[in-house]
Amino acid sequence: MLLIHCPYCNEERPELEFRHAGEAHIARPTNITAISDEEFTQFFFLRDNPKGIAFERWRHMHGCGRFFNAVRDTVTDKFVTTYEAGQPRPDLPAGGENEKGAGK
Amino acid sequence: MAKATMAAATGPLDGQVAGSALVSIKPMEPASRLAIRARPDAIASLSKVLGVKLPQAPKTSAQSTAAKSRQRVALWLGPDEWLVIDDGNADLMGICAKAKGLYSAVDVSHRNTSVLVSGKGAEATISAGCPQNLSLDVFPVGACARTLLGKTEVVLYRVEEDVFRVECWRSFSTYVFAFLAEAGQSPMI
Repeated sequence: MLLIHCPYCNEERPELEFRHAGEAHIARPTNITAISDEEFTQFFFLRDNPKGIAFERWRHMHGCGRFFNAVRDTVTDKFVTTYEAGQPRPDLPAGGENEKGAGK
Repeated sequence: MAKATMAAATGPLDGQVAGSALVSIKPMEPASRLAIRARPDAIASLSKVLGVKLPQAPKTSAQSTAAKSRQRVALWLGPDEWLVIDDGNADLMGICAKAKGLYSAVDVSHRNTSVLVSGKGAEATISAGCPQNLSLDVFPVGACARTLLGKTEVVLYRVEEDVFRVECWRSFSTYVFAFLAEAGQSPMI
């Protein structure tokens, strides 16, 4: 079982307590009524599906209940780091885990 | 409301007992419970009227020391969320009404019921269905957490070294009790 670090509980907890909650860092346009249908489609429906490092929202559903952001490698399923919701994307070590993982 | 019209509360697990030589599993008496969500500026006021300091650190609880609220405990569930349990069946909603600041308090006395798991095999019994590390150095006396037991969500509270309180939803309680009873037959110590 994976252990995921919850930035609010400040502890590693078993993955069963968590739920995936989609891609992170998607900001709702402030001029939502002015944007075109294509732009709305881009914002509302289209998501990245990267192989390697992905920025995702997770929720500590059966714990503190909070949403937070996580950096996860979609190839190895390794959680590189987690951080509180609202924080900017963290700097990742150059040539991180993803290249290594993707090659396996 | 006139007292004469009040029906006696019956618990969903009334009369059930389970366990083995190593662990005792029994339903607890009805208690009053409050689910509190509060902004930081309301915490001090709420703590004052409730007579128990709402804990700020994850996975911690606070037991009231005041004489009139001795049976009251506040459990940290999230950064702005607490579960307050009063085994003396105090009117927590009435008490909370005096607090200042922005907060929400919901009476969940009848939504929840609790099972007391005690004995040398208590930790092992709960570990049969709970993915968290419950060893004493990680989950000490007084620790509490919302987590899973089998398929259901529960709030776990370590009252003593080998006494756990398992708070679960009333409608899940037969499952929780059956799960614990099964696990308690031969806890893996």
